[in-house]
Amino acid sequence: MASIIELERLCKSYGTLMAVDDVSFSIEDGEFVTLLGPSGCGKSTLLRMIGGFEEPSSGSIRLDGQDVTWTPPYRRDVNMVFQDYALFPHMTVGDNIAYGLKQMKLDAAQIAKSVGDALNLVGLADKVNQRPHQLSGGQRQRIALARAIVRRPKVLLLDEPLSALDAKLRDQMKLELKHLHEKVGITFVMVTHDQTEALVMSDRVVVMQAGRVAQAGSPDRLYDHPATPYVADFIGTTNFLAAQIVAMSGDQARVAVAGDELDAVVDQPRAVGEAITIGFRPEKIRILADGEDAPNSFAGEIAEVVYYGLGLRLSVAVPGNATVYVDSLLPDRLANTSVPRVGQRVRMALSAGNIFVFDAGTL
Amino acid sequence: MGTPLASSIVGTGSRASPPRAALNRYAADTAFATFVALLMAFLYIPIWVLIIFSFNDSRSLTWPLSGFTLDWYVKLWNNQQLLDAIGNSFYVASCATVLTLLVGVPAALALHRINFPGKKLFRRLVVLPITLPGVVTGISMLNLFRLLGFNLSLETVILGHATALLAVVVTQVSARLERLPKSLEEASADLGASPVHTFFHITLPNIRSAVIGAGLLSFVLSFDEIPVTFFLTGRDNTLPMYIYSTMRRGVTPEINAVGTLIVLFSLVLIILAVIANREKRL
Amino acid sequence: MSPIRDRAIGVAVFGVPLLWITVFMLLPYAIIFTYSFWTKQYPTFVPGFQFGNYLALFVDPQYFRVLMRTLKVSLLVSLFAFLLAYPFAYYLALRCKSSALRTWLYLAVIAPLWVSYLLRAYVWKTILGTEGILNSFLMNVGVLSEPSDIFLYNQFAMVVTLTYIFIPFMVMPIYTALEKIPRNLIEASSDLGMRPIPTFLRIILPLSMPGVAAGFTMTFCLTFGDFVAPFLVGGPDGNLVANVIVTQFGTALNWPMGSALAIFVLVIVLAVLSLSDRVERRYSPKET
Repeated sequence: MASIIELERLCKSYGTLMAVDDVSFSIEDGEFVTLLGPSGCGKSTLLRMIGGFEEPSSGSIRLDGQDVTWTPPYRRDVNMVFQDYALFPHMTVGDNIAYGLKQMKLDAAQIAKSVGDALNLVGLADKVNQRPHQLSGGQRQRIALARAIVRRPKVLLLDEPLSALDAKLRDQMKLELKHLHEKVGITFVMVTHDQTEALVMSDRVVVMQAGRVAQAGSPDRLYDHPATPYVADFIGTTNFLAAQIVAMSGDQARVAVAGDELDAVVDQPRAVGEAITIGFRPEKIRILADGEDAPNSFAGEIAEVVYYGLGLRLSVAVPGNATVYVDSLLPDRLANTSVPRVGQRVRMALSAGNIFVFDAGTL
Repeated sequence: MGTPLASSIVGTGSRASPPRAALNRYAADTAFATFVALLMAFLYIPIWVLIIFSFNDSRSLTWPLSGFTLDWYVKLWNNQQLLDAIGNSFYVASCATVLTLLVGVPAALALHRINFPGKKLFRRLVVLPITLPGVVTGISMLNLFRLLGFNLSLETVILGHATALLAVVVTQVSARLERLPKSLEEASADLGASPVHTFFHITLPNIRSAVIGAGLLSFVLSFDEIPVTFFLTGRDNTLPMYIYSTMRRGVTPEINAVGTLIVLFSLVLIILAVIANREKRL
Repeated sequence: MSPIRDRAIGVAVFGVPLLWITVFMLLPYAIIFTYSFWTKQYPTFVPGFQFGNYLALFVDPQYFRVLMRTLKVSLLVSLFAFLLAYPFAYYLALRCKSSALRTWLYLAVIAPLWVSYLLRAYVWKTILGTEGILNSFLMNVGVLSEPSDIFLYNQFAMVVTLTYIFIPFMVMPIYTALEKIPRNLIEASSDLGMRPIPTFLRIILPLSMPGVAAGFTMTFCLTFGDFVAPFLVGGPDGNLVANVIVTQFGTALNWPMGSALAIFVLVIVLAVLSLSDRVERRYSPKET
C-alpha cells in the first residue's frame, strides 16, 4: 500500500498560539484514520489544512505523491463533509450533489447517472428534488456524504460528521459510515472529540495534544498500550496511582503501590527505587470473594457504589489517600453472590499485563 | 391573638392580589395601547393632510376643505420643468443605485472575507455617511470636483449619491454575509468551483434579497436626496431640488399633488421590499 | 483558470472599493481639512495655515450662537424622539402578544423613512404656518379668534418637525436591542423577587442601552447637520450650522470658513460615534 497523504513537519500558528506544532505522519491509501483530541488540540486545523482551507505556516502536504501545500481547495482532489454539512440551501438535493460534478465538465447524462448512484448509495433516491431544509438531520448528513463521495476524491475528509446528530442516530451512523468506507474504498480522514466514534470506526487513530501527535495506532493498541497518561486518560477511563519500583527482572517489574506490591510489565528499562505512575482500567480489576486469595492483589475499602444499568462502578479507597474505580457487572443473583456494600473491605486482583507503567508525575 | 390576625392579613392579601394584578396589567395595557395609537396619529395625520389637500380646490392650504378637484394633478402634467426634474431624478437614482451596488457589494465581501492593513479605518469610512450629515459629503465632494476641474452636472450628483449610499449597501449586505455560514463557500471550493463561480452560484443567490433590499433603499434615498445634490448639481434639477426651490416661493397644493404621487410610489417600493424580505425567511 | 488569474480578479474586484473610498471620501475630507486653514480674500481665498476660522467658531457670536442653537435643537430632538420611541419599542418587543400586529406596527413606524424627507418637513410647514392648517382649524372650531404665529418659524416648530422625521431612526435600534434580550433574564429577575419596575430599571434598560446609544447617535448627528427643516420651518432666527455652511459656500463666498464649519460637524459626528461605541461596549456582553 502506498501513502496517499504525507504530512511533513506541518505547523500552523495564529499569532503566538501554535495550533499545529510540527506534525508529521502519513496515511495509507484506503485507510480510515481518525484525528482524536479535545477541542483546541489542533485536529480541525490539521484537517482544514489537508482540505486547503488553511495555509500552513511551515511544512508540506503531499497528496498521492504531489505537493499540494499551496494548492487552493478547488484544485485539490480531496472532498470534505462539513460539520454543519454546508448544503447549499437554494439548491435541490440533486443540484447539490451535481454541483461538484459540473465543475468536472462531465456531460449531463453522466452527471445524472452519478447523482442517482450516489443517492442510492446513501439510500435517499426519493429525495432528489427536495430542498435541504425539508430533510431531517440524518438525511442531510447522508446528502453531504453523497455530495463529497460522488466526485470520487482521493481522500474524504470528515469534520466532526456526527456531532449534530442525536445519540441514537449517531450510534447508527457510526456503523453506516464504517460500512460506506468499506464499500467505496476511498481513504477517510475524520476529526472527532468522541473516543467511541474513533474506536468503533477507524483503522488507525491519531491522538492529538496541544497541536502535536500524542500517539498514533490501531484502536486496540491505543486502548491496551497507551504511550502516555494523557492517551490513557483520553481514551477510556484509567486509574492512576503513584508507585515505586522495588525489583526488576527483564521486562518484569515489582512495584510498591498503596501498601501492597504488584507485578507489572515495563516497556522500557527502569531503575530499582525509581518513582513511577501506574495506570489500569476499571474493568480489568477483579474483586476477590471473601477469604479468596490471588497473586497480584491489593486491599481497599469500598467508599461508594454507583449503579449504571449494565453494572456497578465502585469507588474504592486505598492507602495513600487515593481512590480506585472498579467496574463490575452486576452480581448474578441466582449464584447468590453478595452485593458490595459501602464500608466493606475488599481485595482487588489485576494481571501484570494490564498495568501501564509511566514516568512519575507525567499526568 | 397574633396568629388569627396574621392569617387574616395573609388571607385577604392572597385573595385580593390576583384581581389587583389583573387590574394593573389591564391599566398598563390600556396606557400602552393609547400611547401607540397617539404615536401612530402623530406619524400618519401629517401624511394624510398632505394627501387630502392635494384634492382640495383652493389655492391656500387652510381648514375647512372647500371642495374636491383634480386640477393640481392636471397642472403637474402640464409642468414641463417638473416632468424634466422627475426624469432627471429617475436617471440619477438608477445610475447611483447600480454604481453603489457595484462598489458596495465587493466592499462588503472584502470586509467580510479578507484581512488587510487599515481594514478598521476602511470600515469606519464606508459606513460614516449613515450618520454624517449630507452637507459634509456634499461640500467635500464639491471641492474635489472643483479641484479636478469637473463641471457640475447630474453625473457629479450620481457620484456623490453612490458614495453616500455605499454605507447603506455595505451595512445591509455585511449583516447578511455575517449570517451566511462560511462553510457554504468552503464547500463550493471543495467541490472544485473557482472563487468567481462560487460568488455567482453560492454567495450571490444567498445574499440576493439583501442586495435587492439595499438597492431599493438606495434608490429611494437617492430619489429623495437634497443636501448632496444641492452642492453637486449643475443646471439640471432633480425632483426634490425642484420642489425645494418651489417651496422658497411659498406653499401650493401643487406640491401636495407631487407629494401624494411620491407617497404612492414609496408605498409600491415598500411593498416590494417587504416581499423581498419575506422571501429571505424561507 | 490559473492561480494568477484568480489573484488578478481578486485584486480588481476588491481594489475598486478601496480606490473609490480613497478618491471620493478620504481625498475630499483631506481637501476641506486643508481649506479650513486658508484665508478668505475677496473674491476668493488664498492658501495659508492659521486657526482663525476655528477660532471664529467660538469667539464670533454669529457662529457661536448658531453652534449653541444647533446643539440645543439636536439634544431636544434626540430627547423627544427617545421619549416617544422607547415606550413604543418596549411595547412592540416585550408586551405585544400578536406577532402580526408587531410586524405591522414596526412596518408602520419604519415606512415614513421611505416617504420623501423633504415632504415630511414640508407638510409641517403647511400645518404650522400662520395661514396654515392648524391655525385655520383652531379658528374654525373657535379656539382662536385670529391666526397665531406661535406655531411656525421658531425652535419649537423645528424640534417638532425634526422629531417627526427622525423617530424611525430611534425606534429601529432600540427595538432590535430589546428583542435581543433573552426572555429568561427577565423571568430570572422576577423569579429572584424583583418587581416589574426594578426589573425594568436594572435588567431591561441597561441591556437596551446599546440600542439607545445607536438611536441617539443617528438622531443627534442627522439633526446637527440638517439644513432643510430650519429653512422650511425655522424662520429667520432658526438657522442651524448647516445653513451657515450653505451660506459660506454660496452668497458669503467664504470657503475656508465653510470648510472649518464642515470639519467641525465631522469632528462632532466622530466624537458622538466614539462615545456611542463606548456605551455599546460598556453594556454589551463580552464576546469570547
